Amino acid sequence: MNQRTTILEVATAWVLAFLWIAPLAYALWSSLHPAAFATSFSLSAPWTLENFARAWHQAPFGRYYLNTIMLVSLILAGQLVLSTLAAYAFVHFKFRGSGIAFALTLLQLMIMPDVLIVENYRLISKLGLLDTIPAIALPYMASAFAIFLLRQTFKSVPRELIEAARVEGAGALQILWRVYVPLARPTYVAFALVSVSYHWNNFLWPLIVTNSVESRPLTVGLAVFGAPETGVDWSVINAATVMTMAPLLIAFLIFQRQFVQSFMRAGIR
Amino acid sequence: MTGWAGPRTGSHAWMNAVNAWLLLLPAAVLLVAFTHYPVLATIRSSLFVARRNGTQVFAGLDNYRAMFDDAIFWKALGNNIWFAFGTVPTSIALALLMALWVNRNIRGRGFLRLAYFTPTVLPMIAVANIWLFFYTPDYGLLDQLRALAGSPGWNWLGDPRTVMVCLIVMVIWKEAGFFMIFYLAALQQIPPDLNEAAAVEGAGRLYILRRVTVPLLMPATLFIAINAVINSFKLVDHLVIMTKGGPNNASTLLLYYIYEVAFTFQDSAYAATLTVVLVVILSALALIKFGYFDRRIHYQ
Repeated sequence: MNQRTTILEVATAWVLAFLWIAPLAYALWSSLHPAAFATSFSLSAPWTLENFARAWHQAPFGRYYLNTIMLVSLILAGQLVLSTLAAYAFVHFKFRGSGIAFALTLLQLMIMPDVLIVENYRLISKLGLLDTIPAIALPYMASAFAIFLLRQTFKSVPRELIEAARVEGAGALQILWRVYVPLARPTYVAFALVSVSYHWNNFLWPLIVTNSVESRPLTVGLAVFGAPETGVDWSVINAATVMTMAPLLIAFLIFQRQFVQSFMRAGIR
Repeated sequence: MTGWAGPRTGSHAWMNAVNAWLLLLPAAVLLVAFTHYPVLATIRSSLFVARRNGTQVFAGLDNYRAMFDDAIFWKALGNNIWFAFGTVPTSIALALLMALWVNRNIRGRGFLRLAYFTPTVLPMIAVANIWLFFYTPDYGLLDQLRALAGSPGWNWLGDPRTVMVCLIVMVIWKEAGFFMIFYLAALQQIPPDLNEAAAVEGAGRLYILRRVTVPLLMPATLFIAINAVINSFKLVDHLVIMTKGGPNNASTLLLYYIYEVAFTFQDSAYAATLTVVLVVILSALALIKFGYFDRRIHYQ
């Protein structure tokens, strides 16, 4: 009975929803219409892809896409491999110092690389990696968060399965690969979605360590492109903005449920 | 009996430890290099000053004294607090409303959930670009709406009195949908019989909301609040293209000020000093979170 919702409430919920998609809808609309209509709405405005073509030609967005895809893949691959090995060490082996090692790992959940920009920049520069894609990726490749999530999942693997694999003569790495990893698949998917979204969107650290077209990800490319000094008009900037968001947004629209569940499971980004 | 990770005596235990450390090694190296070492190096840098010839001289707490006298530091810290107070309660309240609606059999539920959540997956920098246009004087959307009412244009982001509010509204829009999903998760764990029992007793909907739902959601609310506050100290991307911390530092935030001091003013010792403050704040917040909440709330 209390599930009934008044008309007023339904109306408010819808108004809020329209307000919530309006900024995005505006960006999309103006990117698909001539610049003259960026500030004046008209249903009769002609549709065009001209803004996208201009953005694409005025800045190397193709290269930026490639950089972002390489960056996101590199980080994810590193995170998955390193955190799998580390979580396995914490769950499957009893060794002295494991408690302290785990506590030290969790420290990264409190103090993320995002705030240690000064010293991380210094280190990356000492390593001679400035202005490269690995420079953006390295601080994030060992993820305490991934280790934490995988450790939780690995702990729930039934011992019988591990014993059975051992009886069949499987070594430590085979047990990891054949028993733990397949059972942790939902965790891997959830973490991967969160990681890809985070690093596709990440901005400040890439801005700091990159300085050329060859290493800049999309977000930094967009900021450079949209800087007021460049005098590019709004419709073209909006087209570039839409290009930057599009792949993630489309993936989200298709795998909505999966995304929401992953963010929920992951808790913190 | 053998331990479940193999025999724990003699050379086996030793082999076990070696294997474990080998598995940990790659992650450990990167964690130490990009988290533990930088924290210590930051503390060390904050105790030194650079001479003009490039050498470092021990300066004790001089950098900290300079910081206490630095009006911009206090401004940034104050803005951070104002930013947290401005964004967190409102987005949490909106998130709760959204979750309550979407959790019911409301018409168009799928669309509503999608609309509320979508801003969460957008890059902050893209969001800033879109909203920058809304706030543009005269030409922007907000001023065009004002023009309909005959009001003159207003430089929203260029006026110290309006800039923070503008940024806060934008961030509320960006974050509310993210918090909504935690409320949704929590709402699904409230047994439906509770509501039914209350309804049978003749309790009205608002009464149930106030006396049953909201109290049961309290742990979720605290969890969201602390995450939101932590997040508000890390959200600075938008400043880079919208205001650069201006006008006259009216919108600067601690992390953005660190970025400016380190990479525009090239004063890494002072940037390190500011970083120490930020690290202390984040650690304190995280300790509250991990020490208290994680024992009580489980989402999985």
